[in-house]
Amino acid sequence: MDFNDTPEEAKFRKEAYEWLKANASLKEGPKDGWRAASEEEGLKEVKVWQKKLHEEGWACMHWPKAYGGRESTPIERVIWGQEVSKFKVPGGYLEIGQGMAGPVMMMYATEEQKERYLPPLATGEEIWCQLFSEPAAGSDVAGIKTKAELEGDTWTINGQKVWTSGAHFSDYGILVTRSDPSAPKHKGLTFFFVDMKSPGIEVKPIKQISGGANFNEVYFTDVKIPDSQRLGAVGDGWKVSLTTLMNERLAVGDASGPDFEEAFSLARGQDLNGKLAIENDAVREKLADWYCQQSGLKYAKYRNISALSRGETPGPQSSITKIVSGNKLQEVANFGLDILDSAGIIRTDEEGAEQSMYQYGFYGAAGIRIAGGTDEILKNIISEQVLGMPQDMRADKGIPFNEIPTGNK
Amino acid sequence: MNFEFSADQMQLKDIARKFLEKEETVKRARTILEGEESYDKDLWSQVAEMGFTATAIPEEYGGLGLGYLELCVIAEELGRSLAPTPFSSSVYLATESILQFGSDSLKQANLPSLASGEKIGAFAHTESTTSPTEENITCEFKDGSLNGSKIAVTDGDVADFFIVSAKSGSEVGLFLVESSADGVEIASQPTLDPSRSHAAITFKNAKAEALDSGWSNITTLLDRAAVLFSFEQLGGAEACMNMAKEYAMGRYAFGRSIASFQAIKHKLADMFIAVELARSNCYYGAWALSTDAPELPTAAATCRVSASQAYHECSKENIQTHGGMGFTWEFDCHLYYRRCRQLAANIGSQSIWKDKLISSLERANQI
Ligand SMILES: Cc1cc2nc3c(=O)[nH]c(=O)nc-3n(C[C@H](O)[C@H](O)[C@H](O)COP(=O)(O)OP(=O)(O)OC[C@H]3O[C@@H](n4cnc5c(N)ncnc54)[C@H](O)[C@@H]3O)c2cc1C
Repeated sequence: MDFNDTPEEAKFRKEAYEWLKANASLKEGPKDGWRAASEEEGLKEVKVWQKKLHEEGWACMHWPKAYGGRESTPIERVIWGQEVSKFKVPGGYLEIGQGMAGPVMMMYATEEQKERYLPPLATGEEIWCQLFSEPAAGSDVAGIKTKAELEGDTWTINGQKVWTSGAHFSDYGILVTRSDPSAPKHKGLTFFFVDMKSPGIEVKPIKQISGGANFNEVYFTDVKIPDSQRLGAVGDGWKVSLTTLMNERLAVGDASGPDFEEAFSLARGQDLNGKLAIENDAVREKLADWYCQQSGLKYAKYRNISALSRGETPGPQSSITKIVSGNKLQEVANFGLDILDSAGIIRTDEEGAEQSMYQYGFYGAAGIRIAGGTDEILKNIISEQVLGMPQDMRADKGIPFNEIPTGNK
Repeated sequence: MNFEFSADQMQLKDIARKFLEKEETVKRARTILEGEESYDKDLWSQVAEMGFTATAIPEEYGGLGLGYLELCVIAEELGRSLAPTPFSSSVYLATESILQFGSDSLKQANLPSLASGEKIGAFAHTESTTSPTEENITCEFKDGSLNGSKIAVTDGDVADFFIVSAKSGSEVGLFLVESSADGVEIASQPTLDPSRSHAAITFKNAKAEALDSGWSNITTLLDRAAVLFSFEQLGGAEACMNMAKEYAMGRYAFGRSIASFQAIKHKLADMFIAVELARSNCYYGAWALSTDAPELPTAAATCRVSASQAYHECSKENIQTHGGMGFTWEFDCHLYYRRCRQLAANIGSQSIWKDKLISSLERANQI
């Protein structure tokens, strides 16, 4: 058992660090990080950075070289992640494309399509979104209604998607539809990728609790998709979606935002009732809990990596990451605001202000616990798929989809 | 990076598990709980014969000269199986004290018989309901003899010798006292977990031998032991999770398996989360212990807190999942519930370890 790099790993780490050192600036402390002035600016900066990464061989590192990757080992990806976290570099916008759309295209698209669509994901030139959730189907995502009808070799899509992150700046989307409403729920689905500039697609932003609008409603009115953009067989859309959802949970991973380090450093500098907060026993107990959770997740990840590097399938450890880190973030954010006492309520967008990080976490954590599978759905998955407990009794099993009650009544 | 136990270590773990299963250690724990004996002598001699007590002792002192990673996997299985033996006291605390802080003559005199299991050692530290500190220890060593009293000494009634914390001049250190020495009085104490015996010990001018002195040695000893205790706790926690699942799968109410009720499924998912966090932190502790890493104080406190939390969660919710059956003497749930408390109490409480964790992070400035 050791954390030491093998000589090859050490060489790779050095190479990664030196490249980063030459192309980005080191973070100056736990609070330091990249922040964009606006979503538009952020997207621009991310694209510039991603282009550079790609040019020098650091994009989508585990992908085949032919599609813009470098065929790295899992360990190399992790080492890169560790090194990159020391630097202030642009991030976001690309996760859905690279983490979800990429793998599903890799598995189901034709060779020609892979050559066309995968490289621009790696270079950051094209942005993708995930068109799964609908007003009446979120957790129960197999309950979607958006209709797909085939005529000749063209499909016509009608319906509505919702909560589609980044749809407003995306070039393409992965889309799950219902092609046979008379088949049972999981049987009548078909999966596509779609050009977001297709006639008949309308994107309407949804204002979130934070006031921003990262996600959208997406309306489909007689949108045409060629059959060649179908991924998987007609009626096999659920199977294809599951590949994506599995990748989503891996891609979502750690909740980003203030964590133990930030809370610890805040407690060491902040007065609480005439003493430093760190001297307060209740504060120390909370900090210890967060440290243990953070450390548990960190070493669970290391166990995963070790399994991967031995060519084994990692255990189910990663299924706990989102639940633990999402809840931790919500608690840390609440702590960060609480410790500022009554002043913690005052909203600030001032660059680098202590509160703004916790305020961001206050809003963000509430979303993380829902996006990509709610806490409750993840616990269902752990109990059923990891522990082998029976599925919930389902009222809709075997019934034709168009006879099942759905949505808000 | 290779953050896993080796194939050999996993094989040793498997051997330990199979051996303990074959010996029906849970039944044996119940026998000790209900009977007069303080520990299972037959099991102890078999555990020693398997070489478990000799694991981390160097060959020159009659041990197997394996490492702490091997001891960790054994600890996990002992915890899982509730083995009613003085293993934790004798191996994680007494043997470790001598190995780390004993003179060569103390090592020569004690390690071979600790390795073979002929001798049992215990750690006498607690004096009152306040956790021991450098300031509040009252036992005193002077001119070769020891005075004072200790309580809640795990395996105190069966040990051949004690490692005792006591002050000597301006320092607090560790001292070895034979249980047969003049002036040593031992009185068994009833506890919440009678499958592990405890005693109160009084020393009146008892002959004692000093180990290397200093409070920091006691801290180091507890840090090292904490990793091993954590593995026992981890094994126990996982056993409870599996018990709860098995029972739920086979129990029917409202016309269906109770394992299909979401409240039960989510309870099990929570146990799983706690166990996974604890396991990962325990591996961190194992790494720190086996490499003498400077991070040991942080790693030890982290795995100790995490494993105590997991065992607490799993042992109480295991009872809950069993319903009325879980509250009976007849079912085994309470054996784990008790052992969970015993292990949580043994080397200091949650609050103390959480405080140690934050203190060590403050010192290391590991931010
Ligand atoms: C920030 C954010 C970004 C998102 N981005 C995208 C995106 O890019 N693309 C996309 O397709 N979707 C996206 N989503 C949608 C997300 O996947 C869904 O919101 C989520 O799956 C929950 O579905 P729902 O909103 O319909 O809630 P519901 O499914 O109606 O859930 C409401 C509550 O009921 C509980 N519940 C539901 N079913 C069960 C059950 N079986 N057992 C126990 N409890 C249950 C849930 O846990 C939840 O607490 C995003 C959501 C958020 C918040």
